[in-house]
Amino acid sequence: MAEVPVSRESGVLRPGWGYASVTDKIAGLVLTRPVRWPWLAAFLATLAGTVAYLGAIAYLFVEGVGLWGLRIPVAWGFAIANFVWWIGIGHAGTFISAVLLLLRQRWRTSINRFAEAMTLFAAGMAGLFPILHLGRPWFAYWLAPYPDRMNLWPQWRSPLVWDVFAISTYLIVSALFWYQGMLPDLATLRDRATSRGKRVAYGLLALGWRGEARHWARHETAYLLLAGLATPLVVSVHSVVAMDFAIGNTPGYHSTIFPPYFVAGALFSGFAMVLTLAIPLRKAFQLEDFITEVHLDHAAKVLLATGWLIAYGDLVEPFMAFFSGDRYEIAMTVDRWTGFYGPLYWTMLACNVLAPQVLWWRAARRNAWLLFALSIVVNIGMWLERVLIVVQSTSHDFMPSAWGRFVPTRWDWIFLAGSISMFAWLFLLFIRLLPAISISEMRQLVKEESA
Amino acid sequence: MHPHPHDPDDDPHVIHIDRGAGVNRRQVLAAMAASMALANTACSPPPRLQAHPYVDLPEAGGGNLPLYYASAFVRDGFAHGVLVGTQEGRPVKVEGNPSHPSSLGATDVHAQASVLQLWDPDRSSVVRQRLARAGDAREPPQVASSTWSAFEAAWRERADAQADPQGGATLRVLTGPLTSPTERALLAALLARGPRARWHVHAPLADVAAADGGWLAFGRVVSQVLHFDRARCVLALAADPFSDGPGAVRHAMDWSAARAALREGGADAHAASLFAAEATPGLFGARADHRVALSPSRIEGLLWRVAAHWMPEITPADVGLADPAVATFEARLVAALREAGPAALVIGGAGLSAEAHALVLALNQRLGAIGRTLTLIDPPEAAPGAGTLADLVDALGSGTVDTLVVLGANPAYDAPAAFDMPRALRRAKLLVHAGLHVDETALLADWHLPLSHAYEQWGDARAHDGSATLLQPAITPLYDTRSAAELLALLSGDPLRDGHALVQRQWRAGRAEGFDTFWRDSLRAGTIAGTASAPLEVRGARLPPRLALQAAAATTMLTALFVPDAAAHDGSFANNPWLQELPRPFTKLTWDNAALLGPATARRLGVATGDIVRLQVDRHSLEVPAWVLAQQAEDVVTLPLGCGRRHAGRVGDGVGFDANALRPSTALSAPATLQATGRRHAFAVTQQEMSQHGRELLRTVAAGAGLPRDKPHEQLYPPFPSPVHAWAMAIDLDACIGCNACTIACQAENNIPVVGKAEVARGRAMHWIRIDRHDLDDAGASGFQPVPCMHCEQAPCELVCPVGATVHDSEGLNVQVYNRCVGTRFCSNNCPYKVRRFNFLQYADATTETLKAQRNPEVTVRQRGVMEKCSYCVQRVARARQHAERTGQPLVDGDVVTACQAACPTRAIQFGDLNDAGSQVRQARASPRHYAMLAELDTKPRTTYLARIRPVDEA
Repeated sequence: MAEVPVSRESGVLRPGWGYASVTDKIAGLVLTRPVRWPWLAAFLATLAGTVAYLGAIAYLFVEGVGLWGLRIPVAWGFAIANFVWWIGIGHAGTFISAVLLLLRQRWRTSINRFAEAMTLFAAGMAGLFPILHLGRPWFAYWLAPYPDRMNLWPQWRSPLVWDVFAISTYLIVSALFWYQGMLPDLATLRDRATSRGKRVAYGLLALGWRGEARHWARHETAYLLLAGLATPLVVSVHSVVAMDFAIGNTPGYHSTIFPPYFVAGALFSGFAMVLTLAIPLRKAFQLEDFITEVHLDHAAKVLLATGWLIAYGDLVEPFMAFFSGDRYEIAMTVDRWTGFYGPLYWTMLACNVLAPQVLWWRAARRNAWLLFALSIVVNIGMWLERVLIVVQSTSHDFMPSAWGRFVPTRWDWIFLAGSISMFAWLFLLFIRLLPAISISEMRQLVKEESA
Repeated sequence: MHPHPHDPDDDPHVIHIDRGAGVNRRQVLAAMAASMALANTACSPPPRLQAHPYVDLPEAGGGNLPLYYASAFVRDGFAHGVLVGTQEGRPVKVEGNPSHPSSLGATDVHAQASVLQLWDPDRSSVVRQRLARAGDAREPPQVASSTWSAFEAAWRERADAQADPQGGATLRVLTGPLTSPTERALLAALLARGPRARWHVHAPLADVAAADGGWLAFGRVVSQVLHFDRARCVLALAADPFSDGPGAVRHAMDWSAARAALREGGADAHAASLFAAEATPGLFGARADHRVALSPSRIEGLLWRVAAHWMPEITPADVGLADPAVATFEARLVAALREAGPAALVIGGAGLSAEAHALVLALNQRLGAIGRTLTLIDPPEAAPGAGTLADLVDALGSGTVDTLVVLGANPAYDAPAAFDMPRALRRAKLLVHAGLHVDETALLADWHLPLSHAYEQWGDARAHDGSATLLQPAITPLYDTRSAAELLALLSGDPLRDGHALVQRQWRAGRAEGFDTFWRDSLRAGTIAGTASAPLEVRGARLPPRLALQAAAATTMLTALFVPDAAAHDGSFANNPWLQELPRPFTKLTWDNAALLGPATARRLGVATGDIVRLQVDRHSLEVPAWVLAQQAEDVVTLPLGCGRRHAGRVGDGVGFDANALRPSTALSAPATLQATGRRHAFAVTQQEMSQHGRELLRTVAAGAGLPRDKPHEQLYPPFPSPVHAWAMAIDLDACIGCNACTIACQAENNIPVVGKAEVARGRAMHWIRIDRHDLDDAGASGFQPVPCMHCEQAPCELVCPVGATVHDSEGLNVQVYNRCVGTRFCSNNCPYKVRRFNFLQYADATTETLKAQRNPEVTVRQRGVMEKCSYCVQRVARARQHAERTGQPLVDGDVVTACQAACPTRAIQFGDLNDAGSQVRQARASPRHYAMLAELDTKPRTTYLARIRPVDEA
């Protein structure tokens, strides 16, 4: 009998872990670990938030989007900013799973599963907002091309139509990728489940996975193909979202740098959210051996790099305003610096550009709680950036006589808080119902690290 | 008498149902038949007027073309001739009457909003009688619905007492200004019945000093008819002839028409130069070539100095006019007046003393202007022998008034506080009130009688020049109401009771021959030919005694100036939501009024816009919100009247503050003091930024000069074809006076909802055509710019709509498809002109029945969640096109008139077909003053502008 591999100290996995212990640990989170009060408290709180959110949505459908602080000229507000923010957060998961897989980065193994779940939930939250945002949400399906008796089609020149395709494609591919990667683990859970209900549920989800060599061969091929398919989406989705603005003629929207700027921003906020989720997760479930300082260090480096891309965008935007000599762009930029929204702008810069510079220090990159705090700061900064682009640009455009300020109502805040609650609730459900870390890939990692 | 106790079973009026046997089929059928018959009898009685069916029914039933009735809108007693447009029998829109001297086809905001007044759900609909006179004013009065016949019976008893020649009961009748010949004749008959009957007139906005000025100068009361078309130089002193008074629309019309030569001909052409010395900003001052803002006492000082040039016998007083700007103004003014000579026109307004008004008349006479640029007539509203409100208060105070009839006036609200009118009115033994609404006075009355709206009645009234104008109903009265003439006929016991007969009787006198032709022609024209007042011959004006300098100029006292609110007027329009939501021209304030202060005064007092201040006038004080306005004169606080109604209705109650509560007398100005309270008030405005920030949105040119032509840009796409018609609009900013008539006309035509104060404050006002005001310089010059949809040929909105809800039609209109709109609002974000309006909530009132009846059936009522905007009145375009197709005649220029264009009193808006080489709009596009707003964006707007011409001295 061959010797059972046991991991050595390698940075991405602590020593002493074998196939069985890895499986026990991860499957145990779902199958055997009792419900404890911190999880329960968080679950109930976010459940309440979710129910409140659904209630608010129902009220919104009855009353109309006038509940929010929207006005003429600022006809887009928090809903669109939240949409862009969430879809940006959703980017890190696919980047980690697909791009890092193709680049053979082994450190992705212990974080890809929950990062993909994060992607799915964030994209779901994002996808909801454009519908809530509509004046007549019950006609949202008119944006989709479908055979219509009156031969009406969407208006293809509108980037909002491109959005529909970009986001739905992204949601479908992300879900498939996530689910397919989970099949072997679902089978593991089926085999280890102690109650009949769980056996049936996981059995159905496992789609008859038996661990045959043929299964594995096809699984590996399909997974690689999906990774290849998902990789361009990382770039395309947020580029299309960026075009919602770039196609517009409003100063502050009409900017050719937006697609790459938005993609960089998406990775930035996405990695921040990965850290926001990973750090409490590894603490609460004692996963420090799987999600090590090396993971945090790598994520922090990505954060630092994308932070600089953001800084570049933040620099180029005002530069181009003045370089172009366009009086409307210049006026909008000066207003962004000194106007009503000026404090938000400087806070945004402090959060997105200044704060990540602490990551030049290795000690900071490996300090979990500092990283956690920084990830929150970055998330706030990125949200402020979305809000500024959406709101400040339109509040100060071509006609001074039509200028007007958007001031959020409590409903704007309720919808932001509601979407965060629902996201957190889904995530809390996920970590207790599905393997938050890929068991099969971790076992492969054990093998590789023991060699 | 029944021989035996009444047996219900024997009663033939009761359907007997045998309880034991159950209900049989016959009984059910009988009950059904009876209830159906009763259902019919329960409805309102048939209309009192005769209606005749068509002999030759118009094609398509006549239902889908609007029918117009020449009638008049009556404000402050004066008639403004209008054509009441009805659709399917319902008055829905008012247009100006082209043959009426006060209108010439144009209207002001109040005339446009009058149709909503007709359909106001809060209009009084029944006779109300107070059952018991509450001794305590705090107790709510016990009121019951009653009937006209009950009132008539009650009145009969009184009338007999009044007719007693020996010390009969006292009757007082209080009316607003009254010019109607029929009503005046009936009133005279009523007053003649009793020896102790007397008439009082209460005009809350009347300038007593102006009337006294006539007395001082000529020994009689005179009214001035101004002829702007003949004037070469106009000086307005504390006056706004473009917005105040019954002739305002005509003044603007005449001025604009006379200026056409300058607009087309260039620098050599002559146009009237306008000079304004104003205490509070007005439309005339904004359009004037030269303006200064001065307190009324300084304006008087200026007048005396200017007048001294023509009247060496008077000595001007020094009133502290050391300001170099005023000196420049004065020098230019004197030169211009001298050059104009008899073609000059000097106008004095509210806030000036009687002496100043007399001096204005004398100056006009010296200049030779009387008979040329202004004619003096007997005031059409003059009421010789009638008492004032103060006389009535005295009489009431002495307890000698048995019966007081208040007809079409609301003194309990709009009398000066000093009169303590509610208390005085309670002293009348019987108070009868007749009005459109159950207002503050109606609440105090023993009887309240509902009056018919002007568009429901036969009647007459005089125009600003004295021309008699006929009112004819466009609809039968909605409720059981009577016209003022019908009521007066009832009160005086006239054998005729029908309004039609009463008016006809009035005009038949002396016209027995050919009366029918006369009547038909007059009705069709809306005005009676040859009834304009004859010019008065006046002798040389007496010069007033030396200027008595008011102490206010020297002290720190402010001058409080009471002016009509630009929208609520004297309060009679307070319950009109279109007007309440209409941005006031200078502040862009809605749903409110504010005490206006000049910037230096505000600094001195430590007051900023939105601060609540305590104003003290005489012994009355009030806390009001302040507004600091650069155009306002220093040391003057302007207090708009007409707001703060306590019982106007669901719209007008409690909107703004009631400035009447500060008025010490019927004078329109008074010394005041002011302190800041430290508290703040939230205003709802539609425009926050009055500076253009150097952007050339409202452009100006020197007279005779032109603007550089926009070079056409290279296009990637072929131009959008408009092969048959290419509709376009040109707005002449040189003509626009910022009166807002277009905004309200558009609101009425296009079923635009009102949103209320809170929503306006959130930036959600729905007006399809807004009037931007731009500060043209630092000295307070204002320019107005109407901004409807630009109907861009390369429309940014169309590109971004994901469902194609906004598209181009074959005639170049950028149309909004409400049915298709899902409400992404991308179109609004992408509109550089920000002319799109969104139904953020359900704004259109879908529940109030009368408001539904007002709506234009040709325009969709928009649902919550859809975008809307100016459609170039596409329904009018379609109507004209269909008419052309039916008759086989091609469309000619002028067949399509948009609602804004029709209402405009300066004809600033041209609309037509660019494919028609002779069209007005095509000519406007050829003007050297033509430009497109934000042309650098290359949206190729179909709505374009003609630049405003700068005054010659500033060129």
